[in-house]
Amino acid sequence: MSNSIPHNSYLDPQGNRKGILGWLLTTDHKRIGILYLICIMIFFLVGAILGGFMRLELAKPGQQIMEAQTYNGLFTVHGIIMIFMVVIPGLSAVFGNFFLPIMIGAKDVSFPKLNLLSWYIYVLGSIVAILSQFSGDGPPDTGWTFYAPYSMETTTNVIMAVVAAFILGFSSILTGLNFIVTIHRLRAKGMTWFKMPLFPWSLYATAWIQVLATPIVGITLLMVIAERTLRIGFFDPTLGGDPILFQHLFWIYSHPAVYIMILPAMGVITEIIPTFCQRKVFGYQAIVLSSLAIAGVGYLVWGHHMFTSGMSDLSRLVFSLLTFIVAIPSAIKVFNWIATMYKGSIEIRTPFLYTLSFIFQFMIGGLTGLVLGSLATDVHVHDTYFVVAHFHYIVFGGMGFAFFAAIHYWYPKMFGRMYNEKLGNIAWAILFSGFTLLYFPMFVLGMRGMPRRYFDYLPEYSTGHLISSIGAAVLIFGIFLMVYNLFRGLKTGAIAPANPWKGRTLEWTIASPPPLENFDEEPVIDAGPYDYE
Amino acid sequence: MYQGASNFAQGVDNTFMFIFAISIFFLVVLTATMIWFVIKYNRKKHPNPTQIKDSLKLEVTWTVIPLILVLAMFYYGYVIYKPMRNAPDDAIPIKVVGRMWDWTFEYPNGKMARELVVPLDKPIKLVMNSADVIHSLYIPAFRIKEDLVPGQETYMWFIPTIQDTFEILCAEYCGLRHAFMTSKAIVIPESDYETWLITEGQGKDEHPGLLVLQNNACMSCHSMDGSKLVGPSFKGLFNARRTIVVDKQEIQITVDGEYIKKSILDPDSEIVKGYAPKLMRSYKDVISEEELDQIVDYFIKEGPI
Repeated sequence: MSNSIPHNSYLDPQGNRKGILGWLLTTDHKRIGILYLICIMIFFLVGAILGGFMRLELAKPGQQIMEAQTYNGLFTVHGIIMIFMVVIPGLSAVFGNFFLPIMIGAKDVSFPKLNLLSWYIYVLGSIVAILSQFSGDGPPDTGWTFYAPYSMETTTNVIMAVVAAFILGFSSILTGLNFIVTIHRLRAKGMTWFKMPLFPWSLYATAWIQVLATPIVGITLLMVIAERTLRIGFFDPTLGGDPILFQHLFWIYSHPAVYIMILPAMGVITEIIPTFCQRKVFGYQAIVLSSLAIAGVGYLVWGHHMFTSGMSDLSRLVFSLLTFIVAIPSAIKVFNWIATMYKGSIEIRTPFLYTLSFIFQFMIGGLTGLVLGSLATDVHVHDTYFVVAHFHYIVFGGMGFAFFAAIHYWYPKMFGRMYNEKLGNIAWAILFSGFTLLYFPMFVLGMRGMPRRYFDYLPEYSTGHLISSIGAAVLIFGIFLMVYNLFRGLKTGAIAPANPWKGRTLEWTIASPPPLENFDEEPVIDAGPYDYE
Repeated sequence: MYQGASNFAQGVDNTFMFIFAISIFFLVVLTATMIWFVIKYNRKKHPNPTQIKDSLKLEVTWTVIPLILVLAMFYYGYVIYKPMRNAPDDAIPIKVVGRMWDWTFEYPNGKMARELVVPLDKPIKLVMNSADVIHSLYIPAFRIKEDLVPGQETYMWFIPTIQDTFEILCAEYCGLRHAFMTSKAIVIPESDYETWLITEGQGKDEHPGLLVLQNNACMSCHSMDGSKLVGPSFKGLFNARRTIVVDKQEIQITVDGEYIKKSILDPDSEIVKGYAPKLMRSYKDVISEEELDQIVDYFIKEGPI
């Protein structure tokens, strides 16, 4: 690649470490971002294929291609891979690492070696997670939530899976810490807090959640291990424990974890819209404040996962109220995004298509969240396919589509080449249709009472399941087409200019792909990040 | 959705409609606006963007209006939900025990059943407990659901309003046969219910050993018809020739009373070939010595053939 691109980019061999070692021992934030990208892409494809097998099994009532135990292991593995190895690191680790320093005018993150260590911890945790599937007495079958006391009683390989999640948590904490310090200390001269672009802002809010919430799940997972090995009795009532305590501890982290996924996604969308509308983002301060509000209030809504758990009636009431409050900052963002399009000069390119579908799917995911926040309606659809549809609309339709938007948006910057845009748009259309076919019927199934985590189901649910399975096939085809197109672009794509979309943030002021130390001279900031005047 | 069949169904369905109506309104209006902008301000027609200043008025408007709407949703949901947590004093208490992977219902007069038989138009309070892991009793037609938590008692209540048979499902993942942990809620007129309650029905005619097996949900893993579930079938059990694995050694045995008892108290010691260990827990302290004898007697005298 270096032959065709005339400057010394981060992709060229650096110093005396050539080849693969130059990558495995790099402290360059951009290379570390690419390392995460490779891992996350592989895990995402694996997780998606596992999901495909689940849909194949569920296409018709009765047993199709696997036994119940295999299915129970499959949805557990699908959840563990997708949650802990794909969507939680996801945007922060890939695009945060690559673009945070550039967007704030820095040469690297504050602690480059710690950054590399975070990646190694992530890889270690992922290896343990994968080993847990193939060793011990069979893959864990608890679901990714590890609910006690089932997780205490099952004979499957729970401890190893829990250790994996524990290790992965450290990677998340260290990345968060690194980003917080970087944003505080390394902003370019003149870049005051309110002149910082909104993707770094969203990473900042996310990083605080990572640092403060992840230790709670860490200690909870250690308690599970202690209970399983030493029979201590935290959660198992036969040992004097309380199973509902586990749910509290688990969701105190795992609900904010949803915001760890979605906040950077919102940040990406907030970068893409102004660029393709050539307009200053509407309501900059409102978007900043709403990110911080989501990070803050998001801590206090975990109880809505437990409305039927047997927890006290007063806490059900309070958590329902707080859940409705946390909807507001998300709504504010949607209003501001759409307002940014008003009187813009809109160019519909591949990243913008993903952005539009993100907004649509995120609205559906968010609005159905209101149904789940309301006590009367949640009781009916709790633990049904309605919930499965809701969180896939947020996590996949939201975070996943934002990731696809981001990779198409920043691809020319990261690799110095363009993908085939026509094929990219076709892949988007297939992905969008497949997604809708796969997940929308699940809302209907849930309303009709189809519980989640069912290996088999009553015949009245078969139409919805069949449509959903067809959607899964379409979606997986779309994913592979998109990935193929991106890979093909690496070799055959046209050389990308420094600023193909006419963006205004700092990453578009430097060459594509970026030089090793990002900036030839330190940038000085004297205007807002989206000033298109 | 199923037709609502309890006193709560109408309220819950109205709450759904209220939230859906507002949600669909916003979804349609916002999506249409977005598409309209994308078409109207397309670069081909609108090459020069107009920069718009932020507006505090707009920000406050689209903060306050949604806030009022979601608070209304919260309030509506809470008002409908509140009575679900206040069972009337005259509600008929029925004890529910969930265990992997079956339900048992115990009526005020001590009658046990594996299906929930309830009188039409009478308040019923389900007082629930789990014998092992967390389960969740879900009756979609009644719009109610509550977890069964080991070590503590949970409850829910309802008044059935339609005479029919409805699905009972387990909604909290509980292991291998979670999807098959189902039962029926059978709503019958009150007079029929009173009769049903005092007829010992199946219970009295049946062998006490069979009742012990039923009350401990044995048949959710051991079939009566020879089909392979989690454990070996009960069909033709007594005097059957079985290959068992002890310390990796295969041994041929003939099933007798001692083997049946040992398999209940210490299931992992002698596993039938082809079945996995550690799936069944010990029923020591759960099934008494007397009940063990009844079970053996059942297999000797009646047993599924």
